[in-house]
Amino acid sequence: MNPAGNEKIDQRFNAIYKEAEKRRNEFRDAPVPKIHIGMATCGIASGALETKKAFEEALDEYNIEARIHTVGCLGHCYAEPVVVIDHPDSGFPPIFYHEVNAGKAKMLTKLFLKEGDPRFEHVYGAMEENDLIPWVMEFARFNREKRVVMEKCGYIDPEDIYDYIAAGGYSTLVKALKLSPDEIIKEVQNSGLRGRGGAGFPTGRKWELAKNTGEQEKIVICNADEGDPGAYMDRTILESNPHQVIEGMAICAYAVGAKKAIIYVRAEYPLAVTIVTKAIRQARELGLLGESVLGSSFDLEIDVFRGSGAFVCGEETALIRSIEGYRGMPRHRPPYPVQKGLWNKPTVINNVKTLASVPPILDHGADWYREIGTQNTPGTAIFSVVGNVVHAGLVEIPMGVSLRTLIFDICGGIPNNKKFKAVQIGGPSGGCLNEDFLDTPIDFDSLTEAGAMMGSGGMVVMDEDTCMVEVSRYFLDFTQNESCGKCTFCRIGTYHLLKILERLTRGEGEDGDIELLETLSKDIKAGSLCGLGKTAPNPVLTSIKYFREEYEAHIYEKRCPALMCRPMIAFYFDLDLCARGCDACATACPVEAVFTTSNRKKGVDQELCVKCGECMVVCPPEYDAVRKVSPPHLVPHIEKPPEKKKED
Amino acid sequence: MNDELTPEEKEALKDVASKLGSFEKQRGNLIPILQMVQEKLSYLPTQAIKVVSEHLEIFESEVYGVATFYNQFRFHPPGKHPIKVCLGTACHVRGGGIILENFERKLGIHYGQTTPDREFSIEKVACVGCCALAPVAIIDETVHGHMAPSKVEGLLMRIEIEKEMEERARIKDESCG
Repeated sequence: MNPAGNEKIDQRFNAIYKEAEKRRNEFRDAPVPKIHIGMATCGIASGALETKKAFEEALDEYNIEARIHTVGCLGHCYAEPVVVIDHPDSGFPPIFYHEVNAGKAKMLTKLFLKEGDPRFEHVYGAMEENDLIPWVMEFARFNREKRVVMEKCGYIDPEDIYDYIAAGGYSTLVKALKLSPDEIIKEVQNSGLRGRGGAGFPTGRKWELAKNTGEQEKIVICNADEGDPGAYMDRTILESNPHQVIEGMAICAYAVGAKKAIIYVRAEYPLAVTIVTKAIRQARELGLLGESVLGSSFDLEIDVFRGSGAFVCGEETALIRSIEGYRGMPRHRPPYPVQKGLWNKPTVINNVKTLASVPPILDHGADWYREIGTQNTPGTAIFSVVGNVVHAGLVEIPMGVSLRTLIFDICGGIPNNKKFKAVQIGGPSGGCLNEDFLDTPIDFDSLTEAGAMMGSGGMVVMDEDTCMVEVSRYFLDFTQNESCGKCTFCRIGTYHLLKILERLTRGEGEDGDIELLETLSKDIKAGSLCGLGKTAPNPVLTSIKYFREEYEAHIYEKRCPALMCRPMIAFYFDLDLCARGCDACATACPVEAVFTTSNRKKGVDQELCVKCGECMVVCPPEYDAVRKVSPPHLVPHIEKPPEKKKED
Repeated sequence: MNDELTPEEKEALKDVASKLGSFEKQRGNLIPILQMVQEKLSYLPTQAIKVVSEHLEIFESEVYGVATFYNQFRFHPPGKHPIKVCLGTACHVRGGGIILENFERKLGIHYGQTTPDREFSIEKVACVGCCALAPVAIIDETVHGHMAPSKVEGLLMRIEIEKEMEERARIKDESCG
């Protein structure tokens, strides 16, 4: 790029940045309180819309002037809806409130905004260091994280491009446009960035391959087809900071020489689709996309394609087929998509997190990025830690942190005094690891070695009440449903795996089933074309490897040690504990299986019981009389009194 | 697949047919078109598939083949109150399957079906993205977290009561007016 051109780019961008700065300063310096509300899907699901409405109504009612700032998601799902109130006149720093429902919103408006009392019993922490209120960065859930990709998530309004620009956004694109494509690719290669979609292919290498193909027309695709049930970081990033992804895509397109880019988002993420579409429009209006970006010779159009929900479309060749309008079935590689991809054009497909990592890398330099994480896998990993864990949500940590730190220190461990049993990493393609692996550092290679997989970054923590056979059955049910049907081994093999596992969970296991599962799994791995089939048996193989005794208990003793497989358990009431006259369980039972005995205690009609466990949940803790046993024939017999006539 | 279209659906189908003109006759447009049709009709009736296949000049079987491959497309009309039960990993571990079973038992239908009066339909979905609230069910557009079997009954009862109250208000209005 010539120096005159560079000057023109700077001029164009400076004008935009000035406008953004003006808007930010105006908002920041306005002498009124600011209310920041997290409004991504998870916040909305927990009631953020009602919270926002309650704030608006209360502000009206008490006649207070304040600004409401809708932001994305901080990743603290356990605390949703999250509200940060910045009320400078009160003398307090900005305060983080958790689980703010409509009632709390009204109360805070009256007591804090009007009367200046922050209600310490509802405060979670302060957003700045101060003498009075604990700073959130003193909590492990905050300070053990290292935010690169999600740095701005939850602080900026995803629907306002100026908010992103004022926070330093798009300045890296300006920087990139002044570099040559080779310089950018070299920097990305030096940073050691590896694709965050699961396989961990070096990103810079992929870009180089695409750049060096002789073809004129090239395409960049951002893969946001997050199909793993239990992983939702791609959605959160698109909903909380879409411009960082767009900026990363633009840099990638410039580096490889593409003029067309597509974001492939699942249609099941309606909010993400809306926000990304809006973000692209805003960027185009400011000249950051479209013809001659910022007055340079680089053109870029980004379209949104809504994926219709097929797990296999996360695989790149299947994703391409799906955009072309066919059934999303993977094909043989080579030729790789970087050689022959969408409409036979060279196509670079990168995950949302990969592309969102690019702006910070170019901004701070490859050496800065290399210092985060491990030697082989620099950078950060984002996990959605869910299941039986106290502080569930999204966590971005440097690669190489141990599972123990992640689960126990950052996420607060297992709730209800239960014991840790296993952690499932990588969704349906990943595996279950037991406590022996808690000190394993997390990166691509160590997880693959342990038999699991980084995959999408979904992490489900399981406590002692989770049956590993049942969990394997669940994942196989999922992959069997999602198998595209192309390879016989995957299509029929996963069906039989599922049937065997279903038999085990029903208590109909036979001698030799474990061996059968193992050989079948190995065959499926060997005989499948794409990642779905190659990894589908992972949950079975790892759970057999680390929890073999559970499989054996299911087969030989017809017993479910975790008391989870419903055909193998039975409920009963401990008559010594059951209280006379309490009817909690009988009222809650959805099938009227609970009856009252002749001495006014309770019994379970095993014929009617559907084993939902509701009686156990509602039984008052002071009695705690409901018991589960496995195998079901151990249940003590409790006499059911003859039915009375209703007319009596 | 289903039989007759309701008058409103016929109207919507006409609307769909007129909108097809804005899509170029390219294979790549098949999925966006099907998505558009489902937004208008809330499912893909046989008649709509025929219209799409004629527009793109590909076989009906081909259109049907693509549509059935993806989870998004429905071939039955959804109920007035669609119920979606999340069966993502976190919901499953916390008993999402039991919630689904309860809905099925209460309404007497299986997932993927609609009650004969077209009031309710049940679907299972993989992860709606609020795993911290597991188990989760969505009725109409509202997300209900921390579901329990007794909550299922309560939610359905509430819809019944609301319906009854509306009915009474309508009768009252009519008799007054």
